[in-house]
Amino acid sequence: MIKIIVFLPLLAAIVAGFINKSAPSVVAKGVTTAALFISCALSWPIFLTYLGGGVPATVEPVLQWVQSGELRFDWALRVDTLTAVMLVVITTVSALVHLYSWGYMDEDPDQPRFFAYLSLFTFAMLMLVTADNLVQMFFGWEGVGLASYLLIGFWFRKPSASAAAIKAFVVNRVGDLGFMLGIFGTFWVFGTVSIPEILAAAPGMSGATIGFLGMRVQTMDVLCILLFIGAMGKSAQLGLHTWLPDAMEGPTPVSALIHAATMVTAGVFMVCRLSPMFETAPVALGLVTFIGAATCIFAATVGTTQWDIKRVIAYSTCSQLGYMFFAAGVGAYGAAMFHLFTHAFFKALLFLGAGSVIHAMHHEQDMRYYGALRKEIPFTFWGMLFGTLAITGVGIYHLGVGFAGFWSKDAIIEVAFARGTELGTFAFWMGIFAALLTSFYSWRLMFLTFWGRPRWADSEHIRHAVHAGHGEPEEHNPAIQEDAGHDVSHHVPSPNYEAGTGGYHPHESPITMLVPLGVLSLGAILAGQLFAPAFLDSAAFWNGSIFYNEPLIHAMHATPYLVKYAAAIVMLIGLFVAWLAYIKDTTIPEKGADQLGPVYRFFYNKWYFDELYHYLFVVPAFWLGRIFWKFGDVGTIDRFGPNGIAWIVEKGSVGAHKFQTGYLYSYALVMLLGLVAAITWVLF
Amino acid sequence: MDFPILSIMLAIPFAAAIACLFLSGPAARMVALGATLFDLALGILLWLTFDIGGAQWQFTERASLFAGFQYALGIDGIALLLIMLSVFLMPICILASWDSITKRVGEYMAAFLLMEVLMIGVFAAQDLFLFYIFFEAGLIPMYLIIGVWGGDNRIYASYKFFLYTLLGSVLMLIAMLWMANAAGTTDIPTLMQYDFAAGAQTWLWLAFFASFAVKMPMWPVHTWLPDAHVQAPTAGSVILAGVLLKLGGYGFIRFSLPMFPDASAQLAWLVFALSMVAVIYTSLVALVQADMKKLIAYSSVAHMAIVTVGLFAFNAQGLEGAMMVMLGHGLVSGALFLCVGVIYDRLHTREIARYGGLSINMPRYALFFLLFTMASIGLPGTSNFVGEFLALAGIYRVSTFVTLVCTTGIILGAAYMLYLYRRVAFGEQKNADAARMPDLNLREWAMLGPIAAATLWMGIYPESFLAPMRSDIAMLEARLAPVSPHYDSELAVGTPRERAANYVVAEEHGSEGAH
Repeated sequence: MIKIIVFLPLLAAIVAGFINKSAPSVVAKGVTTAALFISCALSWPIFLTYLGGGVPATVEPVLQWVQSGELRFDWALRVDTLTAVMLVVITTVSALVHLYSWGYMDEDPDQPRFFAYLSLFTFAMLMLVTADNLVQMFFGWEGVGLASYLLIGFWFRKPSASAAAIKAFVVNRVGDLGFMLGIFGTFWVFGTVSIPEILAAAPGMSGATIGFLGMRVQTMDVLCILLFIGAMGKSAQLGLHTWLPDAMEGPTPVSALIHAATMVTAGVFMVCRLSPMFETAPVALGLVTFIGAATCIFAATVGTTQWDIKRVIAYSTCSQLGYMFFAAGVGAYGAAMFHLFTHAFFKALLFLGAGSVIHAMHHEQDMRYYGALRKEIPFTFWGMLFGTLAITGVGIYHLGVGFAGFWSKDAIIEVAFARGTELGTFAFWMGIFAALLTSFYSWRLMFLTFWGRPRWADSEHIRHAVHAGHGEPEEHNPAIQEDAGHDVSHHVPSPNYEAGTGGYHPHESPITMLVPLGVLSLGAILAGQLFAPAFLDSAAFWNGSIFYNEPLIHAMHATPYLVKYAAAIVMLIGLFVAWLAYIKDTTIPEKGADQLGPVYRFFYNKWYFDELYHYLFVVPAFWLGRIFWKFGDVGTIDRFGPNGIAWIVEKGSVGAHKFQTGYLYSYALVMLLGLVAAITWVLF
Repeated sequence: MDFPILSIMLAIPFAAAIACLFLSGPAARMVALGATLFDLALGILLWLTFDIGGAQWQFTERASLFAGFQYALGIDGIALLLIMLSVFLMPICILASWDSITKRVGEYMAAFLLMEVLMIGVFAAQDLFLFYIFFEAGLIPMYLIIGVWGGDNRIYASYKFFLYTLLGSVLMLIAMLWMANAAGTTDIPTLMQYDFAAGAQTWLWLAFFASFAVKMPMWPVHTWLPDAHVQAPTAGSVILAGVLLKLGGYGFIRFSLPMFPDASAQLAWLVFALSMVAVIYTSLVALVQADMKKLIAYSSVAHMAIVTVGLFAFNAQGLEGAMMVMLGHGLVSGALFLCVGVIYDRLHTREIARYGGLSINMPRYALFFLLFTMASIGLPGTSNFVGEFLALAGIYRVSTFVTLVCTTGIILGAAYMLYLYRRVAFGEQKNADAARMPDLNLREWAMLGPIAAATLWMGIYPESFLAPMRSDIAMLEARLAPVSPHYDSELAVGTPRERAANYVVAEEHGSEGAH
């Protein structure tokens, strides 16, 4: 069964890619979407079996892969609780995103390619989470990287899209460098790359030291840090995060699937999968906690200042991943996985909702040109609202009710407090402050988009749509095309049009896009409530697939009420400030930005990471390349090497045309003479 | 072995080469294609009948020639795989030259067929001097291919190619003479077991190194390669990158390591140092190239550096990894040169900036190009990953520092290859003539399709390739074991900690409420 789940998307991708444009695009779309829905339908029963608890892991071998000396790894599909969680996340979001793309990509001429890439991605992601050894995990890791590269660069005519695609791949490769070194080191320490065997042997190595770059270091710390560098790349943690915001160049369904729900959580998955190993490495865990906490606050500060709706959500993703990492760092792997699980639903919902807004607003992504869309696109509005309520963690502790994020994020904040170490407390405060900012930027997004007055008139995209007469939104789906016929006011500014709309009327998205929004809304509302007992409190549910720290969970439940309500309090403050600034008095943001001056610019320019890396790595690389080439190869090696000899030879008055043939013969002569000499010598 | 299959594999292209000299263009093409395909069929037969785990040397043939000179052929698993690589690429090279070579077709085909003879000969030779003849004579057809059918600056390129290789081979010849005299035999299998005096080993090693380092090519004797590639016709580049660059690696694995193990251990630092420089240096140079072939040529130097570090790791992973990189790189860089050739045939320029947006008018081509680009940067599931992964895993044990430096190659490799791909296949169609180019024709499918299949096969089920050489590598590893280097990543097991890092003292069950 697991083989069908994993390989059906691959098969669909191959079929869709092979058919490509030789059949109507509905064939490729149908094949891939059907495959994903089958995979999804098969995954839920597996997950529900594991939900009962106490179900052991199974490993299904597929094919021998590599055997070299004592290094041996095969293709195999492992299913345990951790995998089962990921299976439902991946297949559900992927199936919904496939469906959503029917509507969103409807007018694109390259749809078969798009759907083939989506299915290929799903396959790679499934290979990653079913890996039984580190190398197959790395295969999935790189496979999703490839799919991500292809999908970010899907609109490859846009220079910014292909640049973003390269950036994503190369920055991820920096992480992969760490991952690869980590695998090498792990292999030489444990003599195997099989994950269960490593995890079993890890505690015995906790006191060992090893040589690394000429130093003697703690074995487990160095291995875990190396592996974590890989996780940082894939999960866009501080330092290696720069690719994620740029990745928004890809179509929005891609952002929802890859850059929110699944691929970027691979790093968290990896740390949880290897949690018994990380638990033998205190320094590495400290680093995980620190990086996670730092990322969650960094990304949140940047998110408060961005205008592009997708970028806000991208930084929000980055920030939420930080939460997951510091949860893992303080030992609450169940909480980290739970947040991964709920986040997949509400973040995919927010992205798909944003996609629906962008679709309605004729590809305008700048929130400054939105406003008052609540009435125009009500379904999208409700979906986004549920997503926002989920991400900001709305819920009431004493009643035991709340949206998905309430259960998972609050658990993380509490557990960081309960852990009680200095780093844990640091993470707690960062988490609280980031929760405040999360609430602020989420509501800022909502208010700018759905409330206030329309500010559409100044958007070039909108103006283009209006002036073109029959703008693209109408072509997006047949249903709207119909009513475009009898509703002339869509295109011709009527005498009583509202100032600011520019005569444009946004349209609600087609049903294929609204159904996924509806399903994910259910997830955003219920996922926390339904699954919190299993994910957070049940050692039997996890059944050894992660390191389950029972005393820590008890300590988490025993935290003071102030801690438990802290997240709710800061959430309300964030909501209030956002309301004040974007509804009550809309001049506040500008004044605030002026007053904060440098701080605002620092946040707005994303802490200048891109600029820093550009001058630190990109420019020197090209400069060095040119130096090596011009002064190394041409200026030194060639000049004193072959050219120098040629010069001497020419001075020796040998004609240029002559030495072409002349040398060939003399060369053959040298060989012949040599052989004659050889034979004589041997005989002698 | 009653059936002299190796000799027949040598004789068929040789006879075809002579025939081609007297035939008209179209006939010569057909003869060349037929002969190379026949050799490929024999190669497959060779592979199928090769007894894995059987005798080390199989299909041996021996005949005494004049003056104590031996005609001795025979292969082990390592040679088998490299012969397979040669006979696999050869028909593809003939196809690649089908339309693009119009002058002196007969001579051109003869040069290629002769090339095939010499390549098979090099891997099959079991006599020191027979090896030397094949090894050095291989340069002559290559020299002619560049010099006669090459680009505008072909004289300079062929001269440079020749000069570099000549200097190395003279030293190697002298060393071979000394060895034959000292050991009293020219039989390669015997020499591989012969223990030369430690002092002499160093000099012999250096002499062989002079030749192999140039062939490899290692930094700083690599500058002939970009020029040779740029000037050579497409098929010439394919053979150069696909097989000729492997002669250096084969030389190390057949001569330097087993014959001079002490010197190899003693001078491994030199190999590591040059390889580390090569990875960084040539990758950065590749990044700034404006000529497609030059870019791929520089990338070859970086990949070959992974081969050399893998070989000098002295363990099974490193050695097998190095072999796999050689095979994988042979396929992939050959395919990349074919990809360049495909568009060069249409637009007659290698300048990257002249292309752009080829995904629009040549989607199938763009897919193949993407596959080979990804294989070149070592994506798991493709041939190069297996090799690079094993080679780097092998070297990790010996030196983490070398591994760290060489593994940066995966970052830089991704940067320059994707930058190339972006400029060629992505973006808008800037030039009208590039935008009009038609997609792959049937002949080009026949060239790229098999290589793509082989690349994936090697990546997904490399056992087919690892199995034949396993016992040979194990034997080499055993031979090197006494001189195996000190491991800098040595493990010292201490007392394990009793508690997990996030150990929390369990409290009494008095928690308030439950989530």
